[in-house]
Amino acid sequence: MEGSLEQVCAGLRERFPEHVSEPEELFGEVSLRVARDHIAEVCTHLRDEASFELLADLSGVDFLGVAPSAERFLIAYHLLSLSLNVRLRLRVFLAEGDETLPSVTGVYPTAEWQEREAYDFFGIVFEGHPDLRRILMPDDWEGHPHRKDYPLGGTKVEFKGAKVPPPDIRRQPTTTTGYPGRIA
Amino acid sequence: MGIEEKLPSGILLTSVHKFVQWARTGSLWPATFGLACCAIEMMATGAAHHDLARFGMEVFRASPRQADLMIVAGRVSQKMAPVLRQIYDQMPEPKWVISMGACASCGGMFNNYAIVQGVDQIVPVDEYVPGCPPRPEQLMDAILKLHAKIKLEPLVKR
Amino acid sequence: MSTRELNVGGSDWDQVVVGAEDETMIINMGPQHPSTHGVLRLVLELDGETVVNCTPVIGYLHTGIEKNTEVRSWTQGVTFVTRMDYLAPFYNELAYCLAVERLLGIEAPPRAQAIRVMLCELNRISSHLVWLATGGMELGALSMMLYGFRERETILGLFELITGLRMNHAFIRPGGVIQDLPDGALDQVRAFIDDFPRKLNDYENLLSNNPVWLDRNKGIGMLDAATALALGVTGPMLRASGVAHDLRKSQPYCGYERYEFDVPTHEASDCFGRYVVRLAEMRQSLRIVRQVIDDMPGGRVMVEDPKIAWPAQLQLGPDGLGNSPDYIRKIMGESMEALIHHFKLVTEGFKVPVGEVYVPIESPRGELGYHVVSTGGTKPWRVHVRDPSFINLQSVPHMVRGGLIADVIAAVASVDPVMGGVDR
Repeated sequence: MEGSLEQVCAGLRERFPEHVSEPEELFGEVSLRVARDHIAEVCTHLRDEASFELLADLSGVDFLGVAPSAERFLIAYHLLSLSLNVRLRLRVFLAEGDETLPSVTGVYPTAEWQEREAYDFFGIVFEGHPDLRRILMPDDWEGHPHRKDYPLGGTKVEFKGAKVPPPDIRRQPTTTTGYPGRIA
Repeated sequence: MGIEEKLPSGILLTSVHKFVQWARTGSLWPATFGLACCAIEMMATGAAHHDLARFGMEVFRASPRQADLMIVAGRVSQKMAPVLRQIYDQMPEPKWVISMGACASCGGMFNNYAIVQGVDQIVPVDEYVPGCPPRPEQLMDAILKLHAKIKLEPLVKR
Repeated sequence: MSTRELNVGGSDWDQVVVGAEDETMIINMGPQHPSTHGVLRLVLELDGETVVNCTPVIGYLHTGIEKNTEVRSWTQGVTFVTRMDYLAPFYNELAYCLAVERLLGIEAPPRAQAIRVMLCELNRISSHLVWLATGGMELGALSMMLYGFRERETILGLFELITGLRMNHAFIRPGGVIQDLPDGALDQVRAFIDDFPRKLNDYENLLSNNPVWLDRNKGIGMLDAATALALGVTGPMLRASGVAHDLRKSQPYCGYERYEFDVPTHEASDCFGRYVVRLAEMRQSLRIVRQVIDDMPGGRVMVEDPKIAWPAQLQLGPDGLGNSPDYIRKIMGESMEALIHHFKLVTEGFKVPVGEVYVPIESPRGELGYHVVSTGGTKPWRVHVRDPSFINLQSVPHMVRGGLIADVIAAVASVDPVMGGVDR
C-alpha cells in the first residue's frame, strides 16, 4: 500500500474508530468497510481532509446464495484522489429487507444518477436523495432486474421441434407479390 | 396517402403501376431510427465510401411525416418500443420497414428482459438484414431487394 | 406478449409540467431526433428561446448487458461488453480483460499488450472522428460528416484486416489477443498514420478559424473544473477545463508507460476547448501508434498457461482462414486429453479466483471502469461498468441552463455521449 494511502486510512480510523474497519489489500486495491449510517460523514471527511475529489463509481452487488442474508447487498464506492493519485474502495453491506442507507449526493453530486441506478436495479433506497426514481427501466416497471432472484427473461428459443418448411417450399415464389424466396 | 386512394378501383393500369412503383423506388427517403451499433454502420452506408445517394436515399429525414422507409437499426428496448410504434404510425402510406441487424430482427444475442425479441412484434417488417452489425454492402443488398419487392407489389390499398 | 398501455410521455414529462411556471414552454427533444447522438431524450423548459431547465431522460437503449454477463462464461463476456460503447469497442474489451486478468493474477505477453495499445489508439482516432463528423453535421458543417466517415473507413479497413470485423470485434480476450497480426498489417497501419496528419490539418483549416464554428462553440457549454470534478466528469471534458488528468499517464496500464505522448489540455472550459483537446488527442494517438509499430515485440499473443489460453488455433489455408490442420490432428487423433481440455475450455470456460477488482482505463470519453466480482466460478458473479458517458451526461443541465436551444445541440455534441454505454 502506498504511503499516502496508509496515512489516509490511519486518519480515517482515528476519526471514526467504530465505523470504519481496518484496510484490506487484495489484488493491489485497498478497501475499507464502512458502517451503513455513517457513509456520508466518511465521504465528507475523505473529500475535504484527504482530498479524494472524485467519486469514480458507485456499484451494487447482490450476494444472494453466497453470503448470509445479513450481508446480501454490497454498495461499493470507488474514490479517486487526483492530487495523491490513489484509489480507495469503501464497502457498505446491507441486509436483506433493510436496504436503506444515506445518500452521498450532498458530498459528491455525481452520485445522483448512480444512486438512481442502484435503486432501479437493486431496490436500494438512498435517504436524502433529491429525486430517487427509476432511471434506465421504464417508469412503471415492476421488480429490480439485477437482483439474483429476478429471472433473465427473454423468450424460449426452439431448437428442437421448430417448424421450418423444407427447402423446396422455402424457395417457391409467393403468390401475393411474386417476390422470390419469401417463406409462404 | 399515395396514388392508390385516387385511382378508381377495379381498373387495371399496368403502365401506370410500373411507373408509380419505379418512381417510389427512385427516392425512398429513410427516417432516422438509428439506435445502437447498427446506426453507425447505417451512417457509414450513407457516407461517401458506400454511397446511399446513388439510390436517392442520402437524405435521412428527421421527421417521419416526410419519410417512406424506416430502417430500424439497433436493439429495441422495452422503453423504446412505444416510441418505435408511434414513429411508424406517424409515417404516411406507402411505407416500408427494414429491420437491420440481428437485434432488430430477432433480439440478437440479448435474449433477456430488456430487449424486444424482434421488431416484427411491433411493426410489420419487409426486409430482415442479418449481421452484428451488418456490413454496409449487406444493407445496400437489402435495399436493392426492397426495390425489387416494391416494383412487384400490386397497386392496391394497403 | 401481454399488452400494456405505455405512455410515451413518462413521469419526467409530468413532473416537469407540474413544476413549471405558466410563462415557460415544455418541449420534448428525442428520443428519436437527428441531433441527440442516439436515443437520448431531453425535456427542455423554455422561456422563449432560452433554456430555463433541462432534464435528460435515458434508458431507451437499456440492454441488460450486465445481467447477461452473469449467465455466460468469462470469455463470452467479451462479446457482450464490446457492444456497450459501440464507438470504442476495444476499450470495453480491454478493461474487462484487464479486470479478469487481475483476478487471475496473469499478465498478457508483451506482443499482445503492444497490439492492444495499437488497436486502442486507432479506436480512439476513429471514435473522435465520429464525434467530429456528427458534431460538425449537427452544427451545420455537413461536409465534415463525409470527411470524418471517409477516414473512419480506412481505419475500419485496418480493423477488418487485423480482427476480421469492422465493429464489435471480440478480439481482446482474457490472456492476450485471439490472433496474431497478419502479414502486411503493420505496413498498412504505417501508411495510414503517414497520411492522416495531412487530413487532420485539412479539418483544422476547415473549422478552427471558421467564424460560424467559433460562434457556435466559443463560450458555449461552460463547465469549470470544480463543477466538473463534483459531477464526476472525466476525459476530454475535464481536460478542456484545465485539469491534466489522463489515466494513461497517472495510472498506466498495458505498457503505456513505455510510450512518449502529451496530454493536451485547454483552459476555456467550453465546447471549443473540447474540440481543440480532441483534435490534439488524435495527433497524440498517432504518435503512440507510430512508437508501437516501430518497436513491436515478437513472441506469443496469448498467455502460455493452457488452463486459461483460448485453445483453438487458426491458420490460413488454400481455401481461406480455418482451423489449423495440425491442431485438429492433435486433438482428434493423438491426444484424448487435449480434446477434453479443448472442449471444457470452450464450453465451460476457466475458473477465476474469488475476489473483486475495479480496473479503470482512459477511453475516448473518460474513465471507463469495470467493477468485476467473482465467486470462484466459470461465470462472472457481477460485472458493473462505470461508463464515462453515463456520468458525463449529468453535466448537460448545468451546461445549458441560461443558453439558447441551439446551444443545447452544441453542448450535447461536445459531451460526445454514446447511448449504448449510458444505458448498457
